[in-house]
Parts: sequence; C-alpha cells; structure tokens
Amino acid sequence: MNIIDWLTSPLQYEFMFRGMLAAVMVGIVCAVIGTFVVLRGMAFFGDALAHTILPGIALGYLISGNAREILFWWALGTAIVASLGIGAISKQAQVKEDTAIGIIFAGMFALGIALISTVRSYAVDLSHFLFGDVLGVSMQSLWLISIFGGIVLLIVIAFYKEFTTISFDPILALTLRLPVNLLNNLLLTLIAVTVAVSLQTVGVALMVAMLVTPAATASMLTHRLSTMMILAAIIAAFSGVVGLYLSYYFSIASGSAIVLTATFLFLLGFLYKRVKSI
Amino acid sequence: MYPQVIHQTDKPILNVQNLSVRYNGRVALEDINFHLHVGERVAVVGPNGAGKSTLFKVVAGVLQPNQGLVTISGSNPLVHQCIAYIPQRSQVDWAFPVNVADVVMMGRNAKLGLFKLPSKKDWDFVNHVLETVQLSDLSKRQINQLSGGQQQRMFIARALAQEAELMLMDEPLTGLDTPAQESLLDLLDTLKGQNVTVMVATHDLEQASRHFDRIMLLNHKIITFDEPSSVMKTENLLQAYGARLRTTNGNDNLLTLDDSCCGDEEHEHEHH
Repeated sequence: MNIIDWLTSPLQYEFMFRGMLAAVMVGIVCAVIGTFVVLRGMAFFGDALAHTILPGIALGYLISGNAREILFWWALGTAIVASLGIGAISKQAQVKEDTAIGIIFAGMFALGIALISTVRSYAVDLSHFLFGDVLGVSMQSLWLISIFGGIVLLIVIAFYKEFTTISFDPILALTLRLPVNLLNNLLLTLIAVTVAVSLQTVGVALMVAMLVTPAATASMLTHRLSTMMILAAIIAAFSGVVGLYLSYYFSIASGSAIVLTATFLFLLGFLYKRVKSI
Repeated sequence: MYPQVIHQTDKPILNVQNLSVRYNGRVALEDINFHLHVGERVAVVGPNGAGKSTLFKVVAGVLQPNQGLVTISGSNPLVHQCIAYIPQRSQVDWAFPVNVADVVMMGRNAKLGLFKLPSKKDWDFVNHVLETVQLSDLSKRQINQLSGGQQQRMFIARALAQEAELMLMDEPLTGLDTPAQESLLDLLDTLKGQNVTVMVATHDLEQASRHFDRIMLLNHKIITFDEPSSVMKTENLLQAYGARLRTTNGNDNLLTLDDSCCGDEEHEHEHH
C-alpha cells in the first residue's frame, strides 16, 4: 500500500471525513482560546469547567435522549452558567480560589455521573461524554461546530488587543478605562463556548489537553503572542488529523489518539528547547 | 469603551480630599489631603505597607476609596485615560510573549479605539517615545531579555504612548543598581519639559530630595509634604517622635519609617 492510499483510504468513509473536519476545527478554536488560558494560568479552570458541564449534559440526555445536536445546546448552556459561576466564586474570599473550584468541579462531576448511571446503557454513554465520539459527528453537529467556533474566533480577533492588555496588565487596562470585568466575563464565555463545541471531539475528561497542550507547545517556540496563536492552531489541527489516522489504523480511541499526538508534539518541543539552550 | 474628557486647566492636575481607604477593616490610608500642580515631580516616601501603592491605585481610579474625593483636573479619575500607573517590576509577568514595542503600543489602545489596528502613525509614535527613553535598539526584544532599568524605561515609554499627564511610578528604583537608578532619575528630569506630572514611590529619602520638587512622607497618613529642604530639616523632629522613625546615618544617610504604627502619636507630626 503506498502512502497516498494510506492517507486517502480512511477518508472514503464519510464518518472519517466528518470526524477529521471536526477535529481540525475544534483544534483550531481550542488552541486560539487556549493561548489565553495558558498565559493567564487558567488550566485548572478549563479542566474544572469541562467536568462541571457533565450534569447539564446528563440532564439533557435524560430529558431528550442521545441526539448530539440537542445535547450541544445543553452543553453550551451549562458551560456558560458554569464558567461565569466559577468566575464569580474565584472572587470570593472565604475559601481559596483553587479549593473552591476543586470542590464545585468534583461535586458537579459526581452529580453528572450519578444522573447518567440511572440509565441502563450508562457505561457506553458515559464513555462517549468522557472521552468523546468524534467519529459519530453528524453533518448537523459539524455545522454547529463551525458556526460557534467561527463566532469564537471572530470575537477573539475583534478584541485581540483588549484581551491581550487585560491578560498582560489588568491595571493598565483599568487606567485606559476598559471594561475589564465585562471583558473577563466575555473571555470566560468564549472558553465555555469552546468547551461545548469540543465536547464531541475529545469529551470532558480530555478537554483540558486541547485547551492547554498546543498553546503550551507553541509558547516554547515563539515570543510573539500572534505567532503563538497561529502556531498553536497549526499544531492542534495537525494533532487532530494525525490522531485520527492513528485511531483508524491502530484502533485507538479517537479522543485519546488526538491528545496523545498533541502531548507527543509538546515533548518534542520541550526537548528541542532543552537541546537549544545547552 | 474608551471615554474622552476635556481638562479644566485652571484646576490642579490632582486634588485629594479627606481620603480614607480600609482593607478588611485595617486602615491603609487615613484622612489624606493634598493637591499637585501640572508638571510637579513628587516623591512619596514611606516604609513597606505605608499605603503608597494604595494611594496610587486610588488616584489612578483603579481602587475605590471608602471615603473622600479624588479629582483629576477637576473631574473623576474614572473619566481620564491620561493617568499612567507603572507597576512594581515584581508584579509583571515577564514571560508574557510580547516584545518592547508591543508593550509600548498597549499604551495607545485608548487612542486607537475599538476594532482598530495600529496605523503607521501609531508605530511612528511608539518609535518616537522609544527614542525618548533610549530603547530604540531593543524595540523587538522579548521583555524578559531587558535589564531592570530597561524594563522601567519601557514602562515610561508606554506611559508616554498613553499620552499620560500624570505618571504614578510604584517603587521604580527598587532592585536597580546605582547607575541604573541615576539614569532613570535623569530620564524623569528630561520629561520635565513635557508637562508630565510625576509621582514616584520610593524608600530612599536622600535620593528623593535631590531629584524631586516635593516629598511626601507617608505612613497611612501624610506625615509631612513639603520641599526637600524642609522635609530634610524635619528629620530630627521626626526622629523625636516614636521608635517607628529612625535615621541610619551611615554612608547613605537614610531616614526610614518603621512599619509598626501607633495611632495617637500621629497627630503631633502634623503640627511640626
């Protein structure tokens, strides 16, 4: 079998083609918003947010069944509520921020599992939510991903200099009289939308890898924010494609294949950086 | 976003009346009253925790006071974009992926407005202010490759790009070696011609007395706020009041104020 056949033969299946498109789009959106997640030290927030939406999805699943397009709306709604909720909690002073997030995140995650476990086929369904089901992406889901992913990218581009300023120096942003709270909440909302969009590709358990890993890899290769974003998007898209090929030829679960590819690229970048600095 | 306001030039650039700030029930600033005229250069001297950063943040409109009134050229700080707050270097994420020109351009955000990218004119302006602070050669450097003095000069350039009329610098001299300190102070002197009013927080009273028009001794309250010669003269007087004031008459002839504070002695300083 030559290399062309090797590359094209999975794509004759429509579900592989759709999965590939979904993985690339989700990778790009995650990487771009993930750049801010990495720079602002919000990896734990991203991880918590992804897990916190599980009860929302579970509720949607119990009410309206396993239709992914409908579950997307449940995920989106829960993610936005959860991200603004966690954002508000991190401002209170009674309990330390990471402790508060940890408590809520584990509690909500447990609630989600409890809800799903009331259904007979729960092991299969749960694993789809946890680890994604990119090969089951429908045409309709693909549309939802591209529309909402596109909105996220457009907003990031439109507010690029404001997001950069509030991330680097919030006090400067305040003295320039930017609405810092509003912009922070907008960024939290964008992360929430990204999480909802990515749900079917990698699932809640591996979501943080999509947000953080490509952006972290890119951060080792450049000192410019715009370059870092573009590099992260390329790395993420590449990981999505390579991961799906690995998944196809070695029968590995697709979400984990994508994340493992991204992790491998991070290690390569890390080694390159180490060798260069010697 | 990005309000614009007209300055009333007959009013002081900064007027602070009856200002008090409390954090979690503890007094950070109490009954602060002073005003600054356009172009003045003032050093705010006091120990760690004296409320210098708090004062600057309230003046910048970043922190709301519990009591009192701050006006900038006659109006609320919140409508002004002409106040630059230059953070302590330890408060900055130096690994952030931006170069010197990027940081300075951030100061122009307000002038640019929403959804606008910098034009050639804006980049020319940035290059011009980088020249003023002598950082033109380093404009493409990642910010963690700068020395401490260069980092401070970059923030001054950012304040100039912001077209700041009131510049608040929080401990800019801390951690710099003497030549870097002197070159920074010289740079502040050259800005005198641009009508920029400057407030600098520092520990070093002696250095402050050589470079600033007036010195504010601050320890939650204003102990004294006067020309350097008078403030220096009060040295012995200050020493007389309580153990929290001491002079170390070593090589640097430093006057420092202790952190520990005791309420009732404070009033007497105001009668000096």
